[in-house]
Amino acid sequence: MEMTLNEVVFYLLSTVIVVCSILTVTTTRILRSATYLLFVLFATAGLYFQMNYSFMGAVQLTVYAGGVIVLYVFSILLTSSPGGDKERPKRKYMFAGLSAVVVGALLSIYLILTHSFPASRYVAGEIDMKTIGQVLMGTEKYQYLLPFEAVSVLLLACIVGGILIARKR
Amino acid sequence: MEYYLVVSAIMMFAGIYGFIVRRSLLGILISIELILNSVDINFMVFNRYLYPDQMEGFFFTLFAIGVSAAETAIAIAICINVYRNLHSINVKNLDEMKN
Amino acid sequence: MEFTLYILILPLVSFLILGLVGYKMKPAVSGLLGSVLLGATTLLSYATAFFYFTAPRVDGAFAKLMPYNMKWLDFGGSLQFNLGILLDPISVMMLVVISTVSLMVHIYSMGYMRGEKGFQRYYAFLSLFTFSMLGLVLATNIFQMYLFWELVGVSSFLLIGFYYTKPEAVAASKKAFIVTRFADLGFLIGILLLSFYTGTFDFDKLCSCDPALFSGAIQASFLGYSVISVALALIFIGGAGKSAMFPLQIWLPDAMEGPTPVSALIHAATMVVAGVFLVARLFPVYNAFAPDVLHGIAYVGAFTSLFAAAIACVQTDIKRVLAFSTISQIGFMMVALGVSGMGTHEGTGYMAGMFHLFTHAMFKALLFLGAGAIIHAVHSNEMSNMGGLRKHLPVTHITFLIACLAISGIPPFSGFFSKDEILAASFSFSPLMGIAMSGIAGLTAFYMFRLYYKIFWGTPSEHKHTPHEAPALMTVPLIFLAVVTCVAGFIPFGEFVSSDGLIYEIHLDPTVAITSVLVACVAIGFATWMYKKGSNTMPDRLAITFSGLHTAASHRFYIDEVYLFITRKIIFDRISTPIAWFDRHIVDGFMNGISWSANRVAYLIRGFQSGNVQQYAYVFLIGTFLIVALALSQYINF
Repeated sequence: MEMTLNEVVFYLLSTVIVVCSILTVTTTRILRSATYLLFVLFATAGLYFQMNYSFMGAVQLTVYAGGVIVLYVFSILLTSSPGGDKERPKRKYMFAGLSAVVVGALLSIYLILTHSFPASRYVAGEIDMKTIGQVLMGTEKYQYLLPFEAVSVLLLACIVGGILIARKR
Repeated sequence: MEYYLVVSAIMMFAGIYGFIVRRSLLGILISIELILNSVDINFMVFNRYLYPDQMEGFFFTLFAIGVSAAETAIAIAICINVYRNLHSINVKNLDEMKN
Repeated sequence: MEFTLYILILPLVSFLILGLVGYKMKPAVSGLLGSVLLGATTLLSYATAFFYFTAPRVDGAFAKLMPYNMKWLDFGGSLQFNLGILLDPISVMMLVVISTVSLMVHIYSMGYMRGEKGFQRYYAFLSLFTFSMLGLVLATNIFQMYLFWELVGVSSFLLIGFYYTKPEAVAASKKAFIVTRFADLGFLIGILLLSFYTGTFDFDKLCSCDPALFSGAIQASFLGYSVISVALALIFIGGAGKSAMFPLQIWLPDAMEGPTPVSALIHAATMVVAGVFLVARLFPVYNAFAPDVLHGIAYVGAFTSLFAAAIACVQTDIKRVLAFSTISQIGFMMVALGVSGMGTHEGTGYMAGMFHLFTHAMFKALLFLGAGAIIHAVHSNEMSNMGGLRKHLPVTHITFLIACLAISGIPPFSGFFSKDEILAASFSFSPLMGIAMSGIAGLTAFYMFRLYYKIFWGTPSEHKHTPHEAPALMTVPLIFLAVVTCVAGFIPFGEFVSSDGLIYEIHLDPTVAITSVLVACVAIGFATWMYKKGSNTMPDRLAITFSGLHTAASHRFYIDEVYLFITRKIIFDRISTPIAWFDRHIVDGFMNGISWSANRVAYLIRGFQSGNVQQYAYVFLIGTFLIVALALSQYINF
């Protein structure tokens, strides 16, 4: 069976994502969990690159892998007491969660595979930065200045809130 | 294209599983990140494969990443505060305000 | 006379300030604030009286003024409620009485209540009471009067129960409130009847006695009496409740549980005469349409007066004696009104009743405040703990003596003049009534001097510390009131207040005057002989001889017990108990059943409300699956 390089890369990334996702939630050490999450995010960025969304891939790498994971690692190191970071979920919960999740996953996958999506019109090609910039800053239809501003205000509120909450009294 | 969706579905349910069984706040947060990420992938995939001449999915993902970063920062601040007060981030112990 | 509005506003402001932010003030500041605002009110009242009585007369009578009469509630048709201010001789007279006594009590209380817990609250309530009492006398219509009447009842309740940690005070305040409230029911029904048939609430219209207005009420009959008689009798029941007329007098002695200045203000000088004022206010109506009711009022007043005087002779608690004396004196006023007629000469009783109200307010407030000073000094209400106090409390002693002489009707003190007019009016009504009232007046002199000698003479009893004279804040009001008591008799009262508004020349009937003074002197002499030494065994021997009467009187003729019997045995046991049983077992049982089942259900589903978000998420997930599965089964045929 002939496989293009694209497909090989895709399977590789998918495998990484699936394995690392499951490991993220099953590992008992929280720091390892964060590390696996990092791998998942890297692989997701890879998927974006593969889809020719290199800008989004870059964002994914910088914001998630560069920012969020660092935050997680720091907070884990700050909050985990030495030796007490192992956690074993109760067997009852594990069983209940596992069964529900497996049922759900099977259901979704079944749906995805049987649902007839509209014909795929894959158009290769990069969205150039100029377009992104213009759409992000425009005020016309299908342009996103307002959400952009909303998110910026949200970030500001988040900064203030974060300081307020974490501040020592 | 379906395979992308299958991958993201598995990721999604892994996140849900983690959300349900995890006993520490940070573990739950990490699970939430997984869920969000899978949604992002879905957006991108739909945008690329079904509506390549539009950019909704792209920008939704962009904003979702921004929002999730913000949410993470706040959540972690709360976690640290909780840990400072209770010396534990285990949800089991977070019932001070009950009763 | 627009400034009369401030007479009402100032005490209300004082109440609001002290009630809302008083607890933040220092006690002294709050007392001073209340007293200063009330002082301003008093000055305004004096100014009102001055301007009112110096204004030129219209047809020989003082004009009725209504500086304010605003529409308050308008229900359309003839049913509308107004709020306003009515100035006429009796309301202006009441203004002066109330504000004077209230001011004295305010000043006195700064000394008497010093250091009490809730000092600010006390002043707030005092202001509320003053406000409602002033509103009552200034009311332009009977409905507004009823409104303030109830407010007076509430503030009296609050003040009697001021020491709310004391069970007796709480019980007394409840008793006072329930009894007066019960009587007010009669008042309300009377108001409704009267206004239903006449179509108006206004005193102005009612007192004009326009026959056209009352024709309906006269013609309609109820139980064999005309409706107007029934309505007026019911209104009198309301007044009897507030004024503690037999058989509704039971609350007043118990009300002495309140602070003594409160007793002076409310239960001697102002609130208890509200009933008298009410009858006086509606006097033209009573006189014109229901003279029988008026005579009934006279008999009730006379009986109450005798009854209370008899009880007062054997009580041992100083405030109780004064309380019964108050009941007795109010009986006098009621008699005066009841025997009165309209017109220049027949109106003696009306004038005398109002005059006695005025003088009685002054000397009875003086007696109570003096009693307060005594209690302050020896920390007890019981007369047996007193005795020989005249050396320790000179100021109190002199003022108390003046008040005793006044109430006994010894010239030249004020009580003589007013009481003498009442006796004259009684004699002209019927000789029997006159003789009875003279006898009661003698009884009054006897028990007052019994009180006086037991407190200030007799054998000194043991005290833990030497009794000392009260501070100046307390003695100054005493002296002021004593001076008023000395001179008030010479006020040409008939010029200001009389039944038809014309000048009434007070003239002393020499026979009546001499008789009454003689009776009083004999009674005082008797009391002196019996109680001055304290070693005289006569009282005990008398008590043994008339043991039945003595015991009955010291138990207040068992009226309380009768009430208790009626309420507890008959109403509670025969009527309330079955209702209570039904309520408890059927109604409550049903409700309890509901709550019990809700409890059980809640207990069963409590597990779902664990507060664990993960559990919620799990349930949510399962629900989502179910919905998706449901949707799938709809669209896809397996």
